[in-house]
Amino acid sequence: MTKHDKNLKGITRREMLVGSAVAGTGLVVGYSLIPEGTLLGAREALGAGQWDHQLFLTMDASGIATVHITKAEIGQHIGTALAQSVAEELEIDWNDVRIDYPDSDPKWGLMITGGSWSVNWTFDRNSRIGASARIALVEAGAKMMGVPAAQCSASNSTVTDSVSGASRTYSEILSTTTIDRTFSEDEMKALTLKKFGEYKVVGKSIPALDIPDKLTGVARYGIDVFVPNMVYGRLVANPTRYGAVPLSVDDSDAKGIDGYAGVAHIKEDPTGVNTGYVVALGETYWAAEKAAAAMKVNWDNGPNAGTSSADIVQSAKDAIADDSQGFTWVLEGDPEGAMAGADETIEAEYETSLGYHGCMEPMNAVAMESGGVWHLFCGSQFQGRFTAMTAAALGVDAANVVLHQCYSGTGFGRRLEPDNVIIAAMAAQQVGRPVKLIYTREIDLGFDFHQTHTVQRVKGGVKNGKIDVMSHDVCAGWATKRMAPGFLADSVDKKGKIDQFSTNGSDHWYDIANHYVRSIENTTAMAATPPGQLRAVAPTWTWWANESFIDEVAHKIGKDPLDMRLSMLSATGKNAGTPPNTVGGANRLRNALIVAAGKAGYGVKPMPANTAMGIASVASQERGSPSWTAVVAEVHVDPSSGEPTLTKLTVAMDVGTAVNPDGVLAQIQGSALFGSSRVLHENVTMTNGTIDQLNFDTWTPMRIHQAPEVDVAIIQNGHYPAGCGEPVVTCVGPAIANAVFNASGARVRSWPITAEKIKAAQRGA
Amino acid sequence: MAVLKINSLSHVVDAPADTKLLWVIREHLRLTGTKFGCGMGLCGACTVHLNGEAVRSCQIEIGDAEGADITTIEGLDPKGNHPVQQAWLELQVPQCGYCQSGQMMNAAAFLESNPSPSDGEILEAMQGNLCRCITYLRIKQGVKRASEIMGA
Ligand code: FES
Ligand code: FES
Repeated sequence: MTKHDKNLKGITRREMLVGSAVAGTGLVVGYSLIPEGTLLGAREALGAGQWDHQLFLTMDASGIATVHITKAEIGQHIGTALAQSVAEELEIDWNDVRIDYPDSDPKWGLMITGGSWSVNWTFDRNSRIGASARIALVEAGAKMMGVPAAQCSASNSTVTDSVSGASRTYSEILSTTTIDRTFSEDEMKALTLKKFGEYKVVGKSIPALDIPDKLTGVARYGIDVFVPNMVYGRLVANPTRYGAVPLSVDDSDAKGIDGYAGVAHIKEDPTGVNTGYVVALGETYWAAEKAAAAMKVNWDNGPNAGTSSADIVQSAKDAIADDSQGFTWVLEGDPEGAMAGADETIEAEYETSLGYHGCMEPMNAVAMESGGVWHLFCGSQFQGRFTAMTAAALGVDAANVVLHQCYSGTGFGRRLEPDNVIIAAMAAQQVGRPVKLIYTREIDLGFDFHQTHTVQRVKGGVKNGKIDVMSHDVCAGWATKRMAPGFLADSVDKKGKIDQFSTNGSDHWYDIANHYVRSIENTTAMAATPPGQLRAVAPTWTWWANESFIDEVAHKIGKDPLDMRLSMLSATGKNAGTPPNTVGGANRLRNALIVAAGKAGYGVKPMPANTAMGIASVASQERGSPSWTAVVAEVHVDPSSGEPTLTKLTVAMDVGTAVNPDGVLAQIQGSALFGSSRVLHENVTMTNGTIDQLNFDTWTPMRIHQAPEVDVAIIQNGHYPAGCGEPVVTCVGPAIANAVFNASGARVRSWPITAEKIKAAQRGA
Repeated sequence: MAVLKINSLSHVVDAPADTKLLWVIREHLRLTGTKFGCGMGLCGACTVHLNGEAVRSCQIEIGDAEGADITTIEGLDPKGNHPVQQAWLELQVPQCGYCQSGQMMNAAAFLESNPSPSDGEILEAMQGNLCRCITYLRIKQGVKRASEIMGA
């Protein structure tokens, strides 16, 4: 999941091929794998099948371009934004652009969707792909007209000779000629691309290509897939979230059910996703549902049957108190010395509760074996992981497992987890028929890969009215260790491995000369609540602690929280930033704060009684790829009940370049409310190894009447596009908590922020 | 065996009478625009019209739906161009889209009974429909816009 692993191993030389294997059939654009020493042209390489890695774009003889989207469409309209960056340089009429979502063949390259990386990682690459195809088309068009390519240019799907004015459309070119053009990696790098201000397609709020099908019921999600002869699968809920084993199953009561189709009894999952499953099967979902209720299972409840939320929290507190635990993630200056020499020290502990993804489309999958190949159908954010782990579970070669991508009814990181395909495939293997597995809401909630419980201790030392030292312990379940241990990072002192994706965000952009961050694994959380990645991941909790703490210190030493933040964002030294992603550094965060404060009327707008603003800023998602974001929250706290009401959010976000501004706006609006829902309305708890909440009656995300007004400023300055689907999630929480404090004097340091906690804090204060 | 009138067509469905309408619509008739979200009447993803009224199809047994006029998102407008659909397109309401059939069906039935609602009435009418992409700001605008289109 780092940016360094995008290229396939063993590549000796990569070239961009733009060509057609046969005259008049269009063209394909993709990287080749050309072994050192062979000198094939694009056409021969394509003919020889050596284009089968990272194919990006195809154009047919009528000039229609299809951009192949290897990212999951999970509500972010990613296909449209990615196609815009290709189309810009291709100089194609937007009406000639299509997108598709290919299957999981390795030729498409690494397929993962998350971390707000999709546009950020691919903008430059996609622009160059479009440019290379345009150059090949211009050269071919010039040849057709018998003029030098240098005097021709492309626009609106047409190549025009600037001397004679003669022209050839892309369709005329592609339907008659053979394109055969190879670009070396150096040539690709050297292509001159358009700059901010010159764009015609990028920067336009083009309607999303996936929306029309979503208005009429036509869009096909994983749950909408049907294959011949399939049965429906319904899991019988394990008695604990993780670690229970179904010792025996008695289906005698199910046998009389009309449409009962047997039971898959899976005693062991070799991939360790869980420790066993009982899947009731039916010719209809309704029959499977009834059969599941009739199933009598003798369970071994496993080692986590005694674990509750309080144990997870206690385990974190114990670990934090133990200096020998965890490893160093940040070490700047002399934190110990500075703390000892501080005029005043302040310490606080912050918590976040278990989080549920709550995908509107519950997890589901269809698994079908046909001719020795396993076909999997679902929405997936991590196709390669799905096929590899399913293959391992089935004991088959991963080359014989294909995933067919579908629309996802939200993802939020939940669809990085392949439990759905693994269970469906193992059940299908056992019963010898294709299985369509659908999680009930209760199963989806109880067997989520929840966002981990976290406990963080932050200590600061103030000297001469400034924060001179900050020490931050982050204790969390390490999702990366479970999902992709290869991505664990070395600690600063190289003494051990840490989950950078449970800790990042703590490496903030404030000028604090002495800074220490320790990353600690919560082993109780790991065992009982297998942690997953939930939209915005660690910065959700690290910035919650950072930005609550900065606010607490400001109040303690009598400074305005905005002024204090601005005074600590000098953009010098390591906070100066570097091109392309962080150019401008902390100055861009300063600007976002100023814009948000100004737009909200911070310190100016008259506020009703018991109502106040709170401010926070973040540079999420990662230090290397931040979207500079500030939020002002307005919260009313009822003085008698303590009930908090979020009335308005003002968001300022510097995204560099917004490829599709309305799409960016939609992401900001959605993520602002998503973060607010998490902090104010959502709670997941565990009792004796089992998740307590069952459905939308006990797990209660934001509903429409609870949504505040959201006012958004998108800051564009022509810098490289930054991700926009997650950062605001990480900023609203502390902004709301800071507003609650200003409105009521109650400092709430754990989620969800409730009336009870506000009242309790008021009594304690 | 039940006879259901869905989108103006009669269908003979071979399913037990206690089967919930949602599953028959999706599995037997393959009208998959109507979605499963909770199975408990709590999210609105499965909303259809029963004699013009917005109902949760996950809560209705097919035995009780016989003889009624049932409309799903596929039948809301012959061209997929109902004022609500127009407004949803214009304002680019859907993100993942999964909840949106239910949102639109709920909004369409609501506007039928209250063609020019206040903001408060919109919020009250749409409260039962969850959206996890949390497109509520645009849903609210969408209902207003659809009301304008209907009035014009
Ligand atoms: S599925 Fe019917 S209300 Fe949720
Ligand atoms: S648009 Fe995704 S759940 Fe509503």
